[in-house]
Formats: sequence, structure tokens, C-alpha cells
Amino acid sequence: MALYPTDVRQIAHLARLEVSDDEIADYVDKLSQIIDLVDQLQQVDTGGVVPMAHPLDMSQRLRADEVSEENQRELFQRNASAVTDGLYRVPKVID
Amino acid sequence: MSWETVIGLEIHAQLATRSKIFSGASTAYGAEPNTQACAVDLGYPGVLPVLNAEAVRLAVRFGLAIGATVAGRSVFARKNYFYPDLPKGYQISQYELPIVLGGNIHIVLDDGTEKDIAVTRAHLEEDAGKSVHENFDGESGIDLNRAGTPLLEIVSEPEMSSAAEAVAYMRTVHQLVRYLGICDGNMQEGSFRCDANVSVRPAGEQQLGTRTELKNLNSFRFVERAINYEIERQIDVLEDGGSVVQETRLYDSDRHETRPMRSKEEANDYRYFPDPDLLPVVIEKEYIETERAKLPELPEARRQRFIHSLGLGVEDASLLTGSRATADYYEALIASVGGEYKLAANWVNGELAAALNRDGIGIADAAGSPERLAGLLVRIIDGTISGKIAKEVFEAIWQGEGEADDIIEARGLRQISDTGKLEKIVAAVLADNPDQVEQYRSGKHKVLGFLVGQVMKATGGKANPGQVNQLLKQKL
Repeated sequence: MALYPTDVRQIAHLARLEVSDDEIADYVDKLSQIIDLVDQLQQVDTGGVVPMAHPLDMSQRLRADEVSEENQRELFQRNASAVTDGLYRVPKVID
Repeated sequence: MSWETVIGLEIHAQLATRSKIFSGASTAYGAEPNTQACAVDLGYPGVLPVLNAEAVRLAVRFGLAIGATVAGRSVFARKNYFYPDLPKGYQISQYELPIVLGGNIHIVLDDGTEKDIAVTRAHLEEDAGKSVHENFDGESGIDLNRAGTPLLEIVSEPEMSSAAEAVAYMRTVHQLVRYLGICDGNMQEGSFRCDANVSVRPAGEQQLGTRTELKNLNSFRFVERAINYEIERQIDVLEDGGSVVQETRLYDSDRHETRPMRSKEEANDYRYFPDPDLLPVVIEKEYIETERAKLPELPEARRQRFIHSLGLGVEDASLLTGSRATADYYEALIASVGGEYKLAANWVNGELAAALNRDGIGIADAAGSPERLAGLLVRIIDGTISGKIAKEVFEAIWQGEGEADDIIEARGLRQISDTGKLEKIVAAVLADNPDQVEQYRSGKHKVLGFLVGQVMKATGGKANPGQVNQLLKQKL
């Protein structure tokens, strides 16, 4: 088995996903199968093959450095749960 | 036991583009909160990033200036973590294939020691927003105007061995990015920031000690203080038999200490992967060569030229090349002072620097243009005015009173070169000071200085001191 329950809990926490204790075993099993598949793929000799960064065989198009967006704060903030003086309000984060 | 310190720096320089790295929102500083955060910056569903060509160009320019390899192909990756100032839940950055690889920064310490610091890499990424913690009663306010501002993260090798070296490195990079015009370098506004990785080990030990990462170093002084504090702290921990914990620490400039950051301590697993929204960035050789040809003369090369071709001292040359604007000003000035390079350097580093400092303005905004200052220096060189009177004329130019020649005429500051007129004044001074004349004649030659002073006073400083000296000696 590729993964342990502690790994699954850690990954879930990093992704901010809530996973209950009775779901853990199922995830360990399914995610392990994916990892096993990757292990199998890693047996292929890929020496000399450039890693693929993107399935499209094209390069990034660039845009000119021009300001094209106008202020739409009011529109965007209609979607926010709490706003004060133009700032989005969130539970306190401090270091 | 004696200890040695190992420091590596990560510098974040905001690139001087008009619009953001992946969107058309403005990057102007100081706007009302969230008025420059568009749907892309806010991470709305369905939006796609489109790369800003100017951000790429500025990164290439930096790479060429430090002798690095500019990657023909670089790839954007997602760095995943959760924080309210990062709406998408990931920062678009570069990981395995950055745009700039290698290169060197040549540093000169205050004591004159020189050293090359290797740069590991520099990569493009987007800045995050800002959190405001005051006046929100248990909540934080988030301003996303800064989100998506292009950053160049410049990562050094761990090759610095003291806080002084780290500061010299940071200053050199700061000078370079401003020379290149790729970053405005404004540290108060956060355009140029630094994190430091610090570790200590017993002197002579090969293996690196456990490092801590110091954040929030937004001035040269704080970099120096925070690193020195951290070195002492780590040595204390080790000498007490403890071990240093690998962690991120925040420098608190009010308390002058570093302390662990809690919120990000488990976020060190960023699970990078190539961003499927962005294709690899391909940079052609011709493009690189075109950019190379457009590089200005770099600060270190210019400093060397000032020392070796103009015969300036190391200190003068370093001051003059401190910023590109100062060096440009100086070069415009010496174009018309006929080889009096040292005199010109004295004026730029002396009177002009003092006036700029006093009024808190940059050299580009100075009222005394290089041509005007040259007009003044020419009159010192040809003996029309003394160095002392020149300071008065400079002050008048500074106040916007016009050209040196006009000021000299209007105020009647021309040196008295008419020997007959000067002889009369000298005679009068001698007649008024019989005691001093007696002292001089009985061998107390020091009193000559007093008599010269009296003549200068009588002429309102307009006599040529050399000539006065000569005349007095004749009469005595």
C-alpha cells in the first residue's frame, strides 16, 4: 500500500478538505491505487524525453503591457460576504 | 567555540510594468482598496491568465545584466497554499524551469573587500494582496490591488557569511534593478523586499546547520539587525545544547527580535505542479541578443571606468555610480569642465548631494541642471570667483535664480583682479592693524593668516586669496 491514513489526513488538511474518520480507509485505498499506477508508469524508460509541461504543443502568447481593466469594485463586491471601506472582511489572520 | 554564519537571500523585486503580470489591471501604487483588482486577480471562476510581455522582457534584462543564462523555455507552476490575500488558493510562480539561471553579483563591502555572490536563479511570479489588521475587531481587511503585480524573485546561493555582506548584496541588487529600470526600488511601498535564510555552524565544519527563514525585512537596516539578532539567537540555542528548529520567523522591528510565524508553519508543502492555464514561455535567441544590445553600462563597469579613466578615488566613484541618475548627471557635467573631473566630483558629492538631501529630492528634480552647475564650475576654473563665493552662487542657482554668469554679474561677485584696487585695500588693512604688522615683522609669521582674513573681509570675499597673500608679503 502506497499511502497511510496519516498521509491522507495531511493532504486533506493542506487542501482544506474535510474528511471524516470513516471515509479515511476508502480514500487510502483509492488514492493508493492511483499512486500504484504512477509507480507502474515510472518503470517506463523516459531517458531523453523532455518532460511535458502542457499537452498543447504551443508556446505562451504574450499580451502588450497596457491597462485594459476598469474599476469594477462594486460589481465584484456584491459577491462578498462582508465588506468595509472597500476591503474584504475575513476572519482574523495575523502572524 | 567559534561559529561561522551562512546566509542566502531571496529578493522580491516588483517589476515596473503598467499592468499586472496576468491581467490588464493597473499596478499603480496607492489606489483605493480593491479598485485595481479585476476578475483575474480575484480568482473568479472561468478567467484565464495572459502573460504580460513587458514582465518577461524585464526579467530577461536582469538575467543578461548578471551574466546568467536566460532560459529558452520556462514554465509557470502553481504554488498551493491558503491565505486570504491569495484568492485563487495558489500563487502562479515558476519552479523547476525558471526564466533566469545562474549569474553573479559583485559586492564591495565598506572596508573595501570585494566578493562575488552567485545567484541560483530568478523567476517570475505574481504578488499577493495585503491584509489590514487594525480596526477590524477580530477580523482582517483584505486589499487585493497588489495581487497579480509582477515580481522577480532573485534567489542567491548561501554564500554570504555576515549581515554586512548580506546588506552589501542587497544594496547592489537594489542599485542594479534601478539602473536597469526594471524596478523602482521603493522599499517603503514594498517594491523591493527581502527574506533571509540564516544558519550557523562550528567554524571549519562543511555541513550546513539548520536554517531559519526571516521574513518582513523591508529596509537595509532591518536586514542587518534581524540577521545579527538571529545569528546570536541560534548560537545561544546551540551553546545551551539545544538544536535550531527549521522554521519561518518574522522580524519585529519595534521589539528588535525575531519570532516564529505560526500561520504558515505547516504550509511548507506547496505541492507545485505546472499551471495548465499557461503554456511554456519560449524566448528566441534573437530576442535575447536584441535585449543584450539595449543594456546600459552597468554600475560596476561605470565605477571602474570612473576610477581608471577619470582618475577618481574609489569613494568618489562609488558615490557617483550609486544611482544611474547621479552618474548621468556627473557625466553631463564633466562634458564641459575641461578635465576637472575631481572638482566636478567634489561638487556633485558635496554641495549638490547636501542640497538634495536637505530638500529631500532626487537628482532628476534638482533645480541646478548639469549645464547650470557646469557654468558655475567654469567660473571657478578660470578664476572669476573663489570656491567660497561659488557656494553662494550655487545656492542662488538652487533657488532658481538662473545662470551662474548672470548671478555673478547681478550680485557683483566677480573676484577683484585689479591689482591697484587690491593694493589700496591691503594698505588700509595694514594701517588699521599696526600691532599685527609689528608681530609679523618680529617673526610671528602666523599672524599673516589674520591679515589675509581682514583683506578678504574688506572685499566681501571677492579677492583672490593667493593674490592677497602675495601682496601682503610684499608690503610687509
